[in-house]
Amino acid sequence: MKFKAGEVQYITNKSLMPIKIVKNDTDVSAGKNKWVYSQSVKSHFFHPENLVEDIKKFDESKYDGVGVVGSPACGDMMKLWIKVDQKNDRIKDCKWQTFGCASAIASTSILSVMVTEKGGMKIDKALKLKPQDILARLGGLPPRKVHCSVLGDKALRKAINDYFRRSKQFKRIVTEGTTVIDPDTKITDKDIEEAVLEGADNIEKLQQKLKVGIVDKSVKAKAEALMKKFIEKYYG
Amino acid sequence: MSTSSDINKLLKSYKKHNIYLDHAATTPVDPLVKKAMDPFFIDEFGNPSAFYDLGLQAQEALADARYRTAKILGCAPNEIIFTGSGTESDNLAILGVARAKGKGHIITSSIEHHAVLDSVKHLEKEGFSITILPVDKHGLIDLRVLEKEIKRETILVSVMYANNEVGTIQPIKELADVCHKKGVLFHTDACQAGGSLPINVKKLGVDLLTLNGSKIYGPKGVGCLYVKSGIRLEPIVYGGGQEMGIRSGTENVAGIIGFAKALELSQKNADKENKRLVSLRDRLIKGLTRIPKCFLNGHPIKRLPNNVNVTILDVEGEAVTLFLNELGIYASTGSACTSKSLDPSHVITALGLPYEAAHGSIRFTLGHATTAKDIDFVIEVTNKVVEILRRISPLNLDSDEIQSGRGSIHYK
Repeated sequence: MKFKAGEVQYITNKSLMPIKIVKNDTDVSAGKNKWVYSQSVKSHFFHPENLVEDIKKFDESKYDGVGVVGSPACGDMMKLWIKVDQKNDRIKDCKWQTFGCASAIASTSILSVMVTEKGGMKIDKALKLKPQDILARLGGLPPRKVHCSVLGDKALRKAINDYFRRSKQFKRIVTEGTTVIDPDTKITDKDIEEAVLEGADNIEKLQQKLKVGIVDKSVKAKAEALMKKFIEKYYG
Repeated sequence: MSTSSDINKLLKSYKKHNIYLDHAATTPVDPLVKKAMDPFFIDEFGNPSAFYDLGLQAQEALADARYRTAKILGCAPNEIIFTGSGTESDNLAILGVARAKGKGHIITSSIEHHAVLDSVKHLEKEGFSITILPVDKHGLIDLRVLEKEIKRETILVSVMYANNEVGTIQPIKELADVCHKKGVLFHTDACQAGGSLPINVKKLGVDLLTLNGSKIYGPKGVGCLYVKSGIRLEPIVYGGGQEMGIRSGTENVAGIIGFAKALELSQKNADKENKRLVSLRDRLIKGLTRIPKCFLNGHPIKRLPNNVNVTILDVEGEAVTLFLNELGIYASTGSACTSKSLDPSHVITALGLPYEAAHGSIRFTLGHATTAKDIDFVIEVTNKVVEILRRISPLNLDSDEIQSGRGSIHYK
């Protein structure tokens, strides 16, 4: 399988419309001085930018939103923190940690650069970031690796939604193809499922994480029932 | 110091080495093997089926290679069939026996190579029933479970001699005895075992045995199947009727001669080389398992002399191997990232470990050229790489939970 620089290839991803990516800028058949990934992936893998340097000293409270996607069982997981310049509605800082292969690490690194460069990306633009935007900046990925970088934009959207929630901009929260449980905070069943997977095992923890049922108290019982269902499903 | 500059320091503090630790994937060709093969490319290139001098020369060389292979396996030359790979031999053994019988039940194990597993699963589509045996946490098959699973309709049991990923060695003689007590044929895939373990088919008590050249310092593209005389096989390749009508196609004369030579050499030197490898292997296991939350996969004692397979938690195998590659250490991983299917290793998960453990598994397989100095360097570098990747990772998995097969998410 040889990729030539600049070639364009169409890849169909289950969860997406067919997406267009720029093919790898190197030969994917590894050999002398060759690498399985593009030079850009290599450079971000070996020189990651905007890393959380020391998680023990990292002050999460200084950040306005956090997003986690993936799972260790899937082999890829990333956690991303953003700091927002509220006046200009721009992302002014982005830090991350990633468990995964080279392309997962590199794609988080490049995403963190994309959203913070040139004075920071507008929130509305950041919400619209697509996997192919990340892929293009990475110089492409081998087709079967595309799912890794799809995670980056999802983590970012979650971090932004988290920021909206914390700053009570509930109307701006973007939900994706799920059932909204709490119309005020736009918490979905998916959010609750993920909160359970992330360790929420009682309603207090769930509310701490998601602020679900804080405005409309009648939602609390519904959220709790759903939480119990997911606890049963995963840990029962 | 930032992580990025620590990575820089790590990559710049060593000159690129050349430490090949993937001998389970393939071995280099032994110079003596290459020398034995050399005449058959240009000078003695004849087709063994031709009856002029050049053909007869090739035929004689082929017969000699078959005789020598048979001598090592302790069987008759006409019980040896040469094929194009270990995969082909596995396919021929399983599809060949099943199709010759026409119907029945086949048993194999959950940690087989895909050459066996996929052949068996294919037969299911042809109407055969199949049973895939579980293994214990070390990768061993329980003889009582095998005995219980054998039915009246069972025609064949196929269990690998030594596992390619975790190195666990099965009690082949005992497994074969269980099968024979019930009148069932027994095949073993001995591709990983051929270079180091005893392979006398009479002593092992097997009916069919698969070997290949590329794991024993022989050439790639040559396989061998021992088929006990009297067992009927339906061919999977048809044509000129070579290999007693079982495997058509002009014989790979140079390759077969190389295979026979490689088998002789590796079996002759096995005792001495095994002692050396076991000591290096255990040195590496000891060094790596000192890394926090790093544990050995496979059996601690009943394992191939050259196999080390560890899981290192909170990091992903491909990322580790790419760092090692950058420093000139070549190893492989059971992580999904390097598999075509994006599924993590079926062998690691069959040991009862969760996916997380498979994603963080790394296999080092040692060989002739491996030295103690290499091993110490690998230990030193792996420690540093893991330390760096753990700083990048948001995970903090519980080693005891993972080893007991329970995977759950823990964050830092």
